[in-house]
Amino acid sequence: MKFGVVVFPGSNCDHDAYHVLKKVLDVNVDYIWHKDRSLRMFDVIILPGGFSYGDYLRAGAVARFSPVMQEIVQFAERGGFLIGICNGFQILVEAGLLPGALIPNNHMRFRCQDVYLKVNTTSNRFSRLYRSGQVLKMPIAHYSGNYFANESTLKELQDEDRIVFQYCNSVGEVTEESNPNGSLMNIAGIVNRNKNVLGMMPHPERAAEKVLGSDDGLQIFKSFLGKN
Amino acid sequence: MWKAKVVVTYKPGILDPEARTIHQALVSLGYTDFNHIETGKYFQLTFKEKMTRDQAEVIAREVCDKLLSNPVIQKYTFEMAEVSE
Repeated sequence: MKFGVVVFPGSNCDHDAYHVLKKVLDVNVDYIWHKDRSLRMFDVIILPGGFSYGDYLRAGAVARFSPVMQEIVQFAERGGFLIGICNGFQILVEAGLLPGALIPNNHMRFRCQDVYLKVNTTSNRFSRLYRSGQVLKMPIAHYSGNYFANESTLKELQDEDRIVFQYCNSVGEVTEESNPNGSLMNIAGIVNRNKNVLGMMPHPERAAEKVLGSDDGLQIFKSFLGKN
Repeated sequence: MWKAKVVVTYKPGILDPEARTIHQALVSLGYTDFNHIETGKYFQLTFKEKMTRDQAEVIAREVCDKLLSNPVIQKYTFEMAEVSE
């Protein structure tokens, strides 16, 4: 299993993701420069958090046209596994690999805090090591994380069991008070129809070592290793 | 030469928190005159080459669809103006 972490100008969580894969999980991982065009050797690709291209125009809007993204689209179409975290999620919706949009937080403030997430489904590769309904603690750090989609898209996401994570309180109740950004249905993470592309606003790579407060995010990366 | 003046705004029903904050600020200044406020982005695209208005419009529409707006949440309008070099 070979992992790749894409580096755009302005990515700033690329090293965190690389660190978790290399040092915590001891797996095979390489950086992918945004001008690279060959992704044949990778099984799982991570679009990390940050402020690619300065978030100019809209978060993720410019990164989606960088050379590597054409290859990423084909990689996803071939069934390769793709994880977009924070800015990576924003890039995936701008590129049309995931439905909907991420608009500025409803309160117009950058939010950097721990949140609780409810694992809504385990019927995909990424969340298969969690229990359905399990409550996770992970940090968020974003200004545009307010998930929006039209009604038919929301219905599709529900009917196809594609809402993976929802913001919730410490006991797993999905409430308005636990929603940090105004996201519809408290959506924090979704998968595409083929369930090989995950986008999420919270940072699992910053919640991968107990010493740093939580290792609740580690299972997402572990889900690709061995047979556990 | 042609210039396209593009305005991108949110579609109806999409939360525009910036507009809401501005509206509240205006109310607190005593301006209770407004029903609704929208924000948007303005772009001026000045074309390099001499071309017909139709050709310029096709390109302007293409870049609006592709990059300047996100059709999931935004709409755009543009007007063409003729400018001297």
